[in-house]
Amino acid sequence: MIADISGWLTTSAHWHGPDGVPTHLREHLQYSLIALLIAAAIALPLGLLIGHTGRGSFVVVAIANSFRALPTLGLLTFFVILLSPHIHSTGQAPYLIPSEIVLVLLAIPSMLTNAYAGVEAVEPAVRDAARGMGMRGAQTLWRVELPNALPLIFSGIRSSFLQVIATATVTAYVSLGGLGRYLIDGLAQRDYPQMASGAVLVASLALLIDLVLATIQRFSVSRGISGRYANKRVLDPAEQPVMIPAVAD
Amino acid sequence: MWANPANAYDAVNRQENQNMNPMRVLSAAAIGAGLLIVTACGSSSNPTSTPSTAAGSAAPTDTIVVGSANFQENVVLADIYAGALRAKGVKVSTKLNIGSRETYIPALKDGSIDLIPEYSGVLLQYFDKKATAVSSNDVYAELRKTTPAPLTVLQPSAAEDKDAIVVTKATADKYNLKSIADLAAVAGKLTLGAPPEFQVRADGIEGLKKTYGITFKTFKKLDAGGPLTENALKNGQIDAGDIFTTDPLIAKNGWVVLEDPKNLYTAQNVLPLINNNKASANVKSVLEAVSAKLTTDDLVALNEKVSLEKQDADTVAKQWLSNAGLG
Repeated sequence: MIADISGWLTTSAHWHGPDGVPTHLREHLQYSLIALLIAAAIALPLGLLIGHTGRGSFVVVAIANSFRALPTLGLLTFFVILLSPHIHSTGQAPYLIPSEIVLVLLAIPSMLTNAYAGVEAVEPAVRDAARGMGMRGAQTLWRVELPNALPLIFSGIRSSFLQVIATATVTAYVSLGGLGRYLIDGLAQRDYPQMASGAVLVASLALLIDLVLATIQRFSVSRGISGRYANKRVLDPAEQPVMIPAVAD
Repeated sequence: MWANPANAYDAVNRQENQNMNPMRVLSAAAIGAGLLIVTACGSSSNPTSTPSTAAGSAAPTDTIVVGSANFQENVVLADIYAGALRAKGVKVSTKLNIGSRETYIPALKDGSIDLIPEYSGVLLQYFDKKATAVSSNDVYAELRKTTPAPLTVLQPSAAEDKDAIVVTKATADKYNLKSIADLAAVAGKLTLGAPPEFQVRADGIEGLKKTYGITFKTFKKLDAGGPLTENALKNGQIDAGDIFTTDPLIAKNGWVVLEDPKNLYTAQNVLPLINNNKASANVKSVLEAVSAKLTTDDLVALNEKVSLEKQDADTVAKQWLSNAGLG
């Protein structure tokens, strides 16, 4: 099995042309990123707003969470049959639009609920302090609540990415490209090394993307919140006396 | 002590053995025996065997048991065979929706069913994996030779359920298309929709190129003649699609099935596969009369009534028989 996969992956014919790995990898990233950007544009502002105001959280979060229960492949077929007849194009649009809708619906819940939960979980004392320093609502959100909520927001974004990258394989079911091509074609053509290699590629891509996001998170979340700053100092006994307790949070 | 999982497992096992008292041994034995009985019941509840027919013998001799595969079209065809035989005074019982060919051919051989509607091309492939015949006559001639006794195939009908290249009326008119060969001049501008396996199948992309010299501009990988291909053809996302000849949507949308003069697609004529012991002259003549009347258009209409209009298969079969003057 492992020999089959490495055999398939090292065959140079599989790395060129319209059915080559680079082409399908690019398509896969393209479909995923479009969906994630749209989902983020909807979910993050909405999540922050709900967390900040505390209004409508029950309804919005319940709806967003119900999206999680939707079966992606069934929904995709449904949207293709429902929408494609109304999209008059001989290109990919009749399949791309339904696919992106499905992926956006998949990506929204994690980002929305984490953004909301992150802001909501900011300690009331911290919020009070911000108000006491004379900050207005928007200033509190941007300069206090958002930085404090970042670790949770990031974990929402990361799980959305992971889900979308893994699920974007279904676009191949409706004639589009992406790494899912290897899964769908491999199954139809009884070519199991192709299928297994496709699965390995998707899993590797998901892990790689998660690693990139983890790195971004490491450098964008305040050290005071992640606790990285404090831990580093604790490891170095010579510097321990100069540690400022307030930073450790 | 937990470092080695094998040791830990052994330890648990030993303890288990020490705890084995006579009562537990007895109950374990009882469970084992129970399982044996259950599996024995399971094997005798095979849908194709009846208490009155022991394997290998074909009692009661005057009744013909008509079987069918587990899809609608085949069920209707079995009902038609049964109805036609009944109308001529033959005693008939039915066992429908048995399963796939791998299940019902053995049932035919052991006499638990006697007759089933079959498709010539795939049946030949089943009996002879290396068969190369493609035209209706060649396939039937080969089938007569390769069908193992006591089974035999009777005269095939003109009705076929097979792959076809289908285009819309508008496309056919625009490029003046009647057969696949006519595509040669224009295929470079057109998009083909077919299942992913079309890319590697001998009668797929490669076959179109080799047999007809046709290469389409693009190939969209959809499904095997299912809703994706049908929708794409209807909405113009593909210009030609690989769709089965008995799809009721072909007639409904006025699509054109392109002729296949060079027999790229193996013939799939509907024909009766029967146990020779039951093939009396009367039975043969009834079944041959059915084959003489049955056409691909009939199959389309039958499928439409059963799958789109949700009518009962038996009722649809009776209608066809009375229209054909056989019921």
